[in-house]
Amino acid sequence: MSSQVIEGGAALPPWTARLRGLHLGRWGLRGVAILYLGIAILLPIVAVLLKGYADGFDKLRLALATPGAIEAIRLTLVTSAICTVINAFFGTLLAYVMVRYRFPGRNLLSAIVDLPFAIPTLVTGVMLVALYGPASPVGGWLKEHGIDVVFAPLGILISLLFVTLPFVIRTVQPVLSELDIAEEEAAFSLGAGGWTAFRKVVLPALRPSIAAGALLVFARAIGEFGAVVIVAGNLTGKTLTAPVFIFQLANQFRPEEAAAVAAILFVISFSLVLLTDRLLRRKPRKI
Amino acid sequence: MRPAIRVNELGKRFGDFVAVEGVTFDVEEGKITALLGPSGSGKSTVLRMIAGLEDPSSGEILLAGEDQTHVSVQDRKVGFVFQHYALFRHMTVSQNIAFGLTVRKEPRNKRVKRVNELLELVHLGPFGDRFPDQLSGGQRQRVALARALAPQPKVLLLDEPFGALDARVRQDLRRWLDELHRELGITSVLVTHDQEEALELAHKVVVMHEGKVEQIGSSEAIYNEPATPFVASFVGAANVIRGLVIGGRVQFGEQQLDGAEHLNDGDAAHAFVRPHDVLVSMERADGSSSPAVVEALSNLGWTSKVRLTLPDGQALTAQVPNDKLEGVTEGKRVFVDLRNAKVFAPGGRAVEPSDELAAV
Amino acid sequence: MGMTVGSGGSTSGAIRTHASRTRLIRGLLIALALSYVSILLLAPLAGIVWAAIKGGMDVVSETFARADVRHAFWLTGIITLVTVVTVTVLGMLTAWVLVRDDFPGKRFLNALVELPLAVSPVTVGLMAVLLFGTGGWFSDFFAARGIQIIFALPSMILVTIFISIPFVIREVGPVLEELGTNEEEAALTLGASPIQTFFRVTLPNVKWGLLYGMALSTARALGEIGAVLIVSGSIQGQTETATLYVFRALEERQEASGYVVALTLAAISILLLAAIETFKHRQSKEARS
Repeated sequence: MSSQVIEGGAALPPWTARLRGLHLGRWGLRGVAILYLGIAILLPIVAVLLKGYADGFDKLRLALATPGAIEAIRLTLVTSAICTVINAFFGTLLAYVMVRYRFPGRNLLSAIVDLPFAIPTLVTGVMLVALYGPASPVGGWLKEHGIDVVFAPLGILISLLFVTLPFVIRTVQPVLSELDIAEEEAAFSLGAGGWTAFRKVVLPALRPSIAAGALLVFARAIGEFGAVVIVAGNLTGKTLTAPVFIFQLANQFRPEEAAAVAAILFVISFSLVLLTDRLLRRKPRKI
Repeated sequence: MRPAIRVNELGKRFGDFVAVEGVTFDVEEGKITALLGPSGSGKSTVLRMIAGLEDPSSGEILLAGEDQTHVSVQDRKVGFVFQHYALFRHMTVSQNIAFGLTVRKEPRNKRVKRVNELLELVHLGPFGDRFPDQLSGGQRQRVALARALAPQPKVLLLDEPFGALDARVRQDLRRWLDELHRELGITSVLVTHDQEEALELAHKVVVMHEGKVEQIGSSEAIYNEPATPFVASFVGAANVIRGLVIGGRVQFGEQQLDGAEHLNDGDAAHAFVRPHDVLVSMERADGSSSPAVVEALSNLGWTSKVRLTLPDGQALTAQVPNDKLEGVTEGKRVFVDLRNAKVFAPGGRAVEPSDELAAV
Repeated sequence: MGMTVGSGGSTSGAIRTHASRTRLIRGLLIALALSYVSILLLAPLAGIVWAAIKGGMDVVSETFARADVRHAFWLTGIITLVTVVTVTVLGMLTAWVLVRDDFPGKRFLNALVELPLAVSPVTVGLMAVLLFGTGGWFSDFFAARGIQIIFALPSMILVTIFISIPFVIREVGPVLEELGTNEEEAALTLGASPIQTFFRVTLPNVKWGLLYGMALSTARALGEIGAVLIVSGSIQGQTETATLYVFRALEERQEASGYVVALTLAAISILLLAAIETFKHRQSKEARS
């Protein structure tokens, strides 16, 4: 356990955790860390914000005037929202199944759901095209029945579902494992059916972690590029998403406009990530 | 004879919080000195400053006559035993014990020899290849001790070494530490909140409270001649009788107690009396006995705890050997004789008597 | 939903029904969960294996015979290696500072660590362009020294580092916090220098968390596409990574080799996934003890 010199009474400031002698000069190590994070992270972000908004909202207006821009943003927000709802449900379901039940292959399942964290998003896109593209048996069959996946919004949705699957599972699982099953059993003994017990005992306790996971899903989904750019076809006004749109602007040597739009996406994502840390207060991933 | 450790006007602040102030004491060569006090008294902080794990805000620390106040931990060559052992979890017992020698690049055969010596000393001979998580609390603490002793430090510092252990193990280890110290004779400083431990093991006790030194003395002196109300109430259980000083004596209700010569007439006073200094009898022994009513009686084996109420309403607890309790039962009117009262002016925060007496 | 208890049914028939209904629900839930995962994750994997192998094993060997494919993998390897080494060393140090030290602005620094996770890869590429591309803040500085950043390896490494920063820090930090300073202090009292303490005591104690973070960074670095697409210029044979190769292959409709390279990347990722899961397990096992 931590050896904070906290002898009952008042909690002493965290400086007591400092180890004398472990500092190569007070600002040595500290300075390296500050420089590392400052230059590697802070500087580029500031560049985007400044370049995008150096002329006030002009660049943004220009960017949004581009044909397909507004639709792209709307498409991104809508598909991300739908994806969030679906994966919030299935993520919770998976977490529940993996924590509460024992069945053959449970450990394998636990590993598989982490797959989106390991696989390149581009490869995900390629896999989806391989499976749902017109050349494959599955894709062909779907097309015959009027369901377009590749080069259609449905494909975008499936890509987002794939890459964001682990998030809710990871936020819900630890909380669920800590819950005492005795509470549910007490509910049963008092006459509650399975679903009622779940709804009234388990779900309320899980709400913050489900919400946190959902926010992470949304934040991740609105920025997804690799899978979407392959699957969607990027048809302006139809299957063009905001990240791909930003990419196009950058390619057209309109970096400031790209920055203006990118900044919006970034602000949304980062706010959600910060909010998530608060919701997960019980065991903050923050240091 | 030059003290092994001299601490001079030592102080430590954390921001606005004053953890330690004006602490001065000597530690004699070859003896155990205890720093005794409740949580928050600053005793661990003082120990850590002696070790070099904290920087003093003021004052100085001399080890063997040399000013080491700003010398780094590594160079002070002190042995430190932590409350929660702090064993290196990824190393075996032998590797743990050898650590101080390994970092000093001692040749392998010397290391092995020393490790085996120490394993024998702490009676853990066959455990050399075990890992800390395979040992019990008591065993771990012995490894921690062996590890601290391996590099032959001049001074051994122990920070509540038995605090994390259960009562029985604590007793055993206390006895064992005593024997070890007799054998090795190494200068030691022991931080503890357990007064029994301090009184039993230490040659000299430094009582601390809220960052300051309350009293320094031998175990007997601390116990029998407490210098402040805090010491009187913290060390050993004590009753507190409140009264008024008249003619050098403390008057409470109809009774008077000797011992208030140092106070002025008319002052309020607190008299501290140990439960075993309260004599209970059915008849009035002499003029100074006070009547009292027995409220409750608890048999503790060979003694009993008797709770009484004095005529002026104040409560009193006596600890009486059972063979002296003829006729004393609950509700009875008896007489009490208070011996060895230590009288202080009120003020100076003393532990509330009820908490301490509960531990009798 | 739990295992046994019936809802106080009076006849054994009712209890039996409830228990079997519970089993049924359990079975349904597991089936639903497994189906979702199979359809969403596993089916596409099958799809790509089929697509890659459909042309026969010749396609595979032909693909790896191509110079640009070999170069692409080599480049990916270099970038990943440099990235992982950098974020590991600097990440370990930063985690230590963030956990053990305190100074004004530390909380802000803490929040910064999360930032790359919230940024879309295209934005990352854009950042590099804004800093080093024409008209960028540092473009003159580097141009004057004849150093090319954009459309060259340096920018690709930089953007990959950016997106990989959080993993090591986020995994090592909490472990350091849990461990506390006791063992490190003990080492100091025994005469170890700060460096000795770090290598002999701290590092072994954070080993699994560190490896876990490194594996995650490796997977992330390997798979980067959005940012490198913007900064690399995709110059065949020079600034084309494995992922960029796949992108180009699909665009130019020579799908066969694209699928093969994609499948290879998938296979490597699955190996990494195995490593990730192993390290994750070891770390939580240690945390529990």
